[in-house]
Amino acid sequence: MTLNESLPLIIVASSLVPGLIIFFLAEHQATARTILNMFGAVLKMALILAVYYGILRGNEYEFRYDIGVDLEFVLRVDLLSLLFAILSSILWLVTTVYAIGYLEGSPFRRRFFGFFSICVTASTGIALSGNIVTFFIFYEFLTLATYPLVVHRGTEKALQAGRTYLWYTIGGGTVLFVGVVWLFVLGGSMEFDRTGVLAGLAEDHSRQLRILFWVLIAGLGVKAALVPLHGWLPIAMVAPAPVSALLHAVAVVKAGAFGIVRLVYDVYGIELADALGLLTPLAVIATVTIIYGSMRALAQDDLKRRLAYSTVSQLSYIALGTAIVGVTASTGALAHLVHQGVMKITLFFCAGNIAETLGVHKVSELNGVGRRMPVTMAAFTIAAFGMIGLPPVAGFVSKWYLGLGALEVGSAWIVAVLLASSALNASYFLPIVYAAWFREPDGEWKTYRTARYLETPWMLLGPTVATAVLSLAIGLFAVTQWSPLEMARQIAEELYSK
Amino acid sequence: MNAAASSALLAVLIAAPVTGALIAFLLPVRLRATAGILTAAATTAATAATAWRVAADGAHRHALGGWGAPLGIDLYADGLSCVFLLMTGIVGLFVSVYAKPFFAQPEENKGATELFWPLWLILWASLNGMFLSADLFNLYVMLEVMGLSAVALAVLSGRPPALVAGLRYLLAAIAGSMAYLMGVAMIYGAVSALDLQIVAAGIEQGRSFRVAFSLILVGLLVKTAVFPLHFWLPGAHSTAQAPVSAILSALVVKASFYLILRLWVDVFDGSVTVAAGQALGALGAAAIIWGSYQALRQRRLKLMVAHSTVGQIGYMFLLFPLITVVYQDVAEAPWLAHAWTGGVYQAIAHGFAKAAMFLAVGVFAMAVGSDDRDSTVGLVGQLPMTTFALALAGVSLIGLPPSGGFVAKWMLLKAAFTSGQWWWAPVILLGSFLTAGYVFMVLRQAFAPTSHKIKLKPVPRTMEVTALVLGAAAIIIGFRAEEFLLLLDVEAAFQEPVEPHRANDR
Amino acid sequence: MIAEIESHQIYAGTAGILFCLGLAGLFMCGHFLKKIIATKILGTSVFLLLVSLANRNQMEFADPVPHAMVITGIVVAVSASAFALALARRIWKETGRSTFEDNP
Repeated sequence: MTLNESLPLIIVASSLVPGLIIFFLAEHQATARTILNMFGAVLKMALILAVYYGILRGNEYEFRYDIGVDLEFVLRVDLLSLLFAILSSILWLVTTVYAIGYLEGSPFRRRFFGFFSICVTASTGIALSGNIVTFFIFYEFLTLATYPLVVHRGTEKALQAGRTYLWYTIGGGTVLFVGVVWLFVLGGSMEFDRTGVLAGLAEDHSRQLRILFWVLIAGLGVKAALVPLHGWLPIAMVAPAPVSALLHAVAVVKAGAFGIVRLVYDVYGIELADALGLLTPLAVIATVTIIYGSMRALAQDDLKRRLAYSTVSQLSYIALGTAIVGVTASTGALAHLVHQGVMKITLFFCAGNIAETLGVHKVSELNGVGRRMPVTMAAFTIAAFGMIGLPPVAGFVSKWYLGLGALEVGSAWIVAVLLASSALNASYFLPIVYAAWFREPDGEWKTYRTARYLETPWMLLGPTVATAVLSLAIGLFAVTQWSPLEMARQIAEELYSK
Repeated sequence: MNAAASSALLAVLIAAPVTGALIAFLLPVRLRATAGILTAAATTAATAATAWRVAADGAHRHALGGWGAPLGIDLYADGLSCVFLLMTGIVGLFVSVYAKPFFAQPEENKGATELFWPLWLILWASLNGMFLSADLFNLYVMLEVMGLSAVALAVLSGRPPALVAGLRYLLAAIAGSMAYLMGVAMIYGAVSALDLQIVAAGIEQGRSFRVAFSLILVGLLVKTAVFPLHFWLPGAHSTAQAPVSAILSALVVKASFYLILRLWVDVFDGSVTVAAGQALGALGAAAIIWGSYQALRQRRLKLMVAHSTVGQIGYMFLLFPLITVVYQDVAEAPWLAHAWTGGVYQAIAHGFAKAAMFLAVGVFAMAVGSDDRDSTVGLVGQLPMTTFALALAGVSLIGLPPSGGFVAKWMLLKAAFTSGQWWWAPVILLGSFLTAGYVFMVLRQAFAPTSHKIKLKPVPRTMEVTALVLGAAAIIIGFRAEEFLLLLDVEAAFQEPVEPHRANDR
Repeated sequence: MIAEIESHQIYAGTAGILFCLGLAGLFMCGHFLKKIIATKILGTSVFLLLVSLANRNQMEFADPVPHAMVITGIVVAVSASAFALALARRIWKETGRSTFEDNP
């Protein structure tokens, strides 16, 4: 096996192996655990960036392993998988730092970090999957690995949430299983680099292909939190903040969104999907989710729940962009995959900081918090502006491209939806920002965590600032060569030039 | 190794555990466990050697005593036999390792547990005999030996619930063997032979054969505990002691399943009908739903796992409708290999997973002193390895990737779609869903917080490790289906597919 | 008509009837002893068929294979019944129950 063949496997293993070793460490060996975790996270990021460099120079990275009969395990690196892999590896690194600070002194950290690494393994695996079976394997693997994290606190509420989470995701997985097998029967192993297999079947099996598409969307839609399959996401917010931040803003929900992107672009192919008339209904579902999520977010007083509904809404921009034909809209969708992740993780970090430092969980209790925790609230403000779509933060860029793309194909109604959604975003984020900075505090702040010079320990503050700066930077430097937008554009152009 | 020597290995597979049983019986009680484990290791080694030879040289036939069929009795090993032999060997070895510390615990070492080793080795011999015999009557004897030793093992503890369940099991087993023997007698009356190959060659389509095969089939269905003939299983499997439950659920029901499969594809392939295949599939489907649903309702862990066996056995029976179809040419039925692999893989994966599950539940019960579902609250912190073993086994039972159960369900589902028999798909999925329900119910309890620190009885490390190894095996076989399939391919029956009698189907 | 029925067919028919009786007894009788006796009837029916088969072709001497099978079968059946009786007796001693119903 050459290095290029084994690299994708090593990338996946770089978080799996530390995760497994952590299970065998004793609970009190915190230093060893930290070193392992950081080593894995840095190694993974370095490897992925190295592979990115190699891909740009035209190298190919593919790992194949025959399980038996026609089941084949394939990891392959293409630009789309890199986009997701880079996102999750960078955010894993940041979140690991945050989680070490967040969970300091709490019980069962061994279990937490073990499963946390395994989750990242699963999401990297999803990113690098080269065919539909491999994708499905990691998709289900992710479900299993997140469950212990959702119920980590072990309270009755957490267990209840865990149960809801499982019913939704196992149900979705089951439906996806049917879809995947069905797909397999129709078109074989469905390598992601070989689209057009299904196009050949379109004439004879168009009805079957249509039904199959919705079966697959129903399976993927649970993780992508499409309405009405989104119910688990707000409930799963009982998990510790790093879990909500990485998994429920990035890894798990993005797995679903990424699956939809793969399904439309690499399994059906955008032309076939368009020809079968699948894209407009998908756009409608996405629109409903966008509006519904925002409306629900407005009504939430719990900060994390408000963020969760905001995730429901924001995620569907990806599905929406996927459903619009054209380079511009696709670029917007793919860029949003990254942008939304970075911004949302910032917001969750902030919510975690406020909860950990001041014990405040409710939106109505945030009056004047900006004076007590200026850095955190500054980060929050930047990310919130991004979510609303104000320039120059990243969110503006992706919304702009989505709007342009919609206009290109003459779907003005989508622009109206985008505007409406931005107005809704503003109306649930701006009051928080206003209250935090301009209102008088209701009383004395209680303090649960202290740091000598900072408003909260650096391990919590550092990652928050880093992601806030990142979300500003990828917006500001969107047109440079190394930005996610540029990468998204390359992917989109390649897609339509096929 | 020359051909004669390697075919004599087949006899060793039966002789070794019998000898071990006799030695263990004659030894003083404290030495029995050691003798038992040594025998288990030797038998497993012989099994591995046999599988190796069969994979390399093709099917083996051994005429016991040099007589040869039709007068003598032949042993025969092809890929299918070897797959089941190997599963028995691996599960048997680890259960033996688990049993030694298990029966050393004073509260488990009551009743007649000193007889565990002789009985278990005899049972192992009969299992190997089932997988190797090429003679209908010899199979009957093996069935009886298996049934008697299995019941004896199930009642070892001497506790009244076990005794009652054991008697029920015994009566069902006797009725099953008698139905089987009745069928064999009718066949002998018609073809004057007992050797499987000769019977298969002499079979003509006819009414008497169908009656005979039906009797054989019903007898074996009772022993395999297929819905609705499963009434004896939950009681017997749940009241037995942990290693015994593992043996009963993982191995004993598989032996009669193997026999049904063997007879269906190799001997009676001219007499079976599409309708019969569909009927078996329907029983399997009902078993999947009923067994899994019942498992979900149980409050006692061992009962839950036992009901789960009923459901999982159902999956194996989906094989029959998928391979029993009318067609002209094998090329028209490309799903046969999938169905075949899926059904057999299900049997193997379930063997590993269920053994792991019973052993893990045994550890829980030993540590807490009860197998009530609620008593496992918060055990993950104190018995992480066992919880993990249970989770791995559960993953395979549900059929989540990557695991042996996933490969099995994938193949079955794919065969169902390709053959156009899509109606099995919802059953497969509903079963997975229900299975997920009960598996996670246990895990949820294990993860739940405890207000008070429970005082756990220490459990020997070996027991925890063996459960974990078997659980891991259920997962690992999901990664390496390739060698397994090569072995299964040796003299594979699906290469000469089951072509049912057509006149009655239309 | 009646003359055309050969003796082994009479035996075979009887075996069939006995088999059904045994099966019915096994299911319908409650008492452990009756159930065990039902299994004996079941066994006897099979052995009867086997023995009658030995003469099915009106050969000069009987076919020995069915006889061998019956002898083996009887041995197995005796041990099975002995085991079942022992179990039933043990259950009765421990719990006083003689049926599967929960309330004796």
